Amino acid sequence: MAKSIDVSDLNIYYGDFLAVEGVSMTIPARSVTALIGPSGCGKSTFLRSLNRMHEVIPGARVDGKVVIDGQELYAPEVDPVEVRRQIGMVFQRPNPFPTMSIYENVLAGSRLNAKKLKKHAADEIVEKSLRGANLWEEVKDRLDKPGAGLSGGQQQRLCIARAIAVEPQVLLMDEPCSALDPISTSAIEDLIHDLKSDYTIVIVTHNMQQAARVSEDTAFFNLAGAGKPGRLVEMNATRKIFSNPDEPSTEAYISGRFG
Amino acid sequence: MTEVRPPKITPRAPEDRPGRAAGTDEDLRRHIPLTHARLPRWAPALVAVLAGAASGLLALSLGWGLVAWAVVGIVLFAVALPAWSRVVENSRAAKDRLVTVLVWAAFGLALVPLVSLVWQVVSQGLPAINAEFLTYSMRNVVGEGGGIYHAIMGTLLITLMAAVISVPVGLLTAIYLVEYGQRSTMARTITFLVDVMTGIPSIVAGLFAYALFVLFFGEGVRMGLGGAVALSLLMIPVVVRSCEEMFKLVPHELREAAYALGVPKWRTIVKIVLPTAMAGIITGVTLAVARVIGETAPLLIIAGFTDSLNFNLFAERMTTLPVFIYYSYTQPGVPPEYGIERAWGAALVLIVIVMALNLLARVLGKVFAPKSGR
Amino acid sequence: MTTTATTGKTRQRKGDLIFSGATRIAGLTILLALAGVAIFLTLEGLPALEAGPEKLQGADSIVAYIGPLLFGTLLASAIALLIATPLAVGVALVISHYAPRRVSKSLGYAIDLLAAVPSVVYGLWGIGFLGPQLVPVYEWLEQNVGWLPFFAGPASSTGKTILTAGIVLAIMALPIITAISREIFAQTPTLHQEAALALGATRWEMVRLAVFPYARSGIVSAVMLGLGRALGETMAVAMVLSASGIVTFNLISSDNPSTIAANIALMFPEATGLGVNALIATGLVLFVVTFAVNFTARAIVARTEKGNR
Repeated sequence: MAKSIDVSDLNIYYGDFLAVEGVSMTIPARSVTALIGPSGCGKSTFLRSLNRMHEVIPGARVDGKVVIDGQELYAPEVDPVEVRRQIGMVFQRPNPFPTMSIYENVLAGSRLNAKKLKKHAADEIVEKSLRGANLWEEVKDRLDKPGAGLSGGQQQRLCIARAIAVEPQVLLMDEPCSALDPISTSAIEDLIHDLKSDYTIVIVTHNMQQAARVSEDTAFFNLAGAGKPGRLVEMNATRKIFSNPDEPSTEAYISGRFG
Repeated sequence: MTEVRPPKITPRAPEDRPGRAAGTDEDLRRHIPLTHARLPRWAPALVAVLAGAASGLLALSLGWGLVAWAVVGIVLFAVALPAWSRVVENSRAAKDRLVTVLVWAAFGLALVPLVSLVWQVVSQGLPAINAEFLTYSMRNVVGEGGGIYHAIMGTLLITLMAAVISVPVGLLTAIYLVEYGQRSTMARTITFLVDVMTGIPSIVAGLFAYALFVLFFGEGVRMGLGGAVALSLLMIPVVVRSCEEMFKLVPHELREAAYALGVPKWRTIVKIVLPTAMAGIITGVTLAVARVIGETAPLLIIAGFTDSLNFNLFAERMTTLPVFIYYSYTQPGVPPEYGIERAWGAALVLIVIVMALNLLARVLGKVFAPKSGR
Repeated sequence: MTTTATTGKTRQRKGDLIFSGATRIAGLTILLALAGVAIFLTLEGLPALEAGPEKLQGADSIVAYIGPLLFGTLLASAIALLIATPLAVGVALVISHYAPRRVSKSLGYAIDLLAAVPSVVYGLWGIGFLGPQLVPVYEWLEQNVGWLPFFAGPASSTGKTILTAGIVLAIMALPIITAISREIFAQTPTLHQEAALALGATRWEMVRLAVFPYARSGIVSAVMLGLGRALGETMAVAMVLSASGIVTFNLISSDNPSTIAANIALMFPEATGLGVNALIATGLVLFVVTFAVNFTARAIVARTEKGNR
């Protein structure tokens, strides 16, 4: 059920400010693509433009093309809400809904859209999603407890369970481990590894070891200069990026000689 | 108090220090002044006792009352403590002590009316309270007896109606301001005018309701609904402000999480933002009700005064507690003591209602707060 | 799964349109209500221009009618602010800087209770308790500082004077001024305060050097909001004051100027015809004055917030 994404000549603006310029790439299906680069280079902005989340910020707009499964994401008749149902997202800080229990959090995607579910079907979705997020064993006895009572790492896995419960095609992850301790991070990385057989995953990360560990392909973003828009410098197989990148600036960044 | 130990400085011979003008031995031996003379910790207490005693002596010998004794005592304290401090410490410390005394005196002075008022209302109002007082109206009552049942009902009905009008308008406006308006001109205008509206005199709200209702019902109109409209005008800005604050406190990440699940914006607001902010909203609304439930002036104008029970908001005069208090005290009837006693009794009931609402607001805020479960 | 992503033909969903429309209408309602206040008061107030002395308690024209009332309103408010401002700033300092952390919250709550007391109860307390208590004070003032025009006397024997009204108004304005001042005091950047303390300042010097300069415009607007409350307060004044509608600076006699709000409350229940219109016209004047005061206060706050950003 996973799909690949084709991006061509994508420019992203905040008001008059051009944040990301001229990105073209193909994100392969059923694999993990990592986006790396220095802070403020537009990788998160780019990620959010893949499911039209950046529109939440007033004044944000794009031009260019994002095509998934033969459909243009930014065509005028496309409903951003439908786009987000197909392309799920996990955020930097775990954000379970504080008013809901663990069970309700997993079902939030369907419940919030007033989708009627039989008790039996709902239970099935909850168990399947929590198992998918490697959280089932830890929480199966306290599904009615608030989601906010879990540890940070558990909360983040709950958020992943919530995202996969609506069965999206693609899963976008915006620095999902940056607020977590190393043990939780490793749990999430294992989970990403398991999920890629079913989903197309795009992950933004600051941690280059993490990019190297989890991804098949890596895209390096950089700023052309201070105050200039971010752009895609290089996209290649992860192995190649980390051993023998095409661009000197990629190598400089990866080896820590950032300039 | 931890004792400050002077740092040890080992004197070295001047010639050991190149580039420094050779100081005298005396200079080097002097340590950094970290301590200076200070009043002992019990000094303020001692001065307070002395000032109190001195003023008490004066009061006894001159036959003053309690108030004069307290005033003179505080003045003596405010003079003596800084004066002593000036002698022992320095003028800066003295000034500091003077200001400390002054701000605390200001605080104490501000509490005097509160204490006195509560004491007066309780002591004068309590004798009036009995079953008849709470369950009878004033219909056909001359002199002793009668009660405030009609006024309590009027207050409850009119305030309830005001809440029914204000809460949806205030809540939706707050949603507009936080979720939709963002930085638009209209949103900024509304925010500013809502702030200004909080300062509308209540009597003007009453006149507005009257001027509005006269257009439909002719001169001399009196009706409970008009009171509710006037109170709404006072209540809406309070509701808007508190709801706005609460919506702003809902983390943006929660909205994004819902959007990312493919939830439309309006459902996100109704199902995520609203429940998350519910505790604060309920608190805010309760406080707004507490604020308008004691309003007198607008109701005097548009709801009027009657001795009888009236359950119909849409016709005829309707008495509320504050208006009842006003009339019972200013037109107590003959003999006056019964009317005046009823006024104090009604004031006690009103204060109890207002304080209960304030307390309820805090309790509800706790009950509805999202549970972290830890 | 081959669900298409193009079910919605319109860019805005119906639910969103309806909901955002509803919120917009609510916002507009508020604007309309405020405009309505001005419009209806003007409509019903204008006929008073033709009102004669018999409807204006003897005044020749509506202007001559409003003049003394406006004077009384301003005088009572001025007394209230003179008393309330220093007290309120002191109280705010206690809550924000002087009281121990643990108790300062409950102290603030006690002051907030002052704001929760209904104005009619203040009126009751003012006329039934405070007024009689102040009679000896007024007599003393008349005897000892009677050469000041403010205390010329003869001292009222009931305590129902404009000074009593001013004191009650001060108590009512105090919690408002305190609430806003203490919020601003608490917002003073910790860095500034620590910088002052690091220079060896005493607590008072720290407050004077770091807190007051930062909070100056905030205090000004807080006082103006308190003024707004004092100007518009009705019941306390209506009950406490024994008014005869004259213009005088004598604060302790039984002949006192009335205030606009109190005059409306006292006269409205019995007013008829053009008398009602005249009262509404005075209400319009009060509305304009309080609106201007609040407008200015809020504008100062808004400007300060922008400056601090």
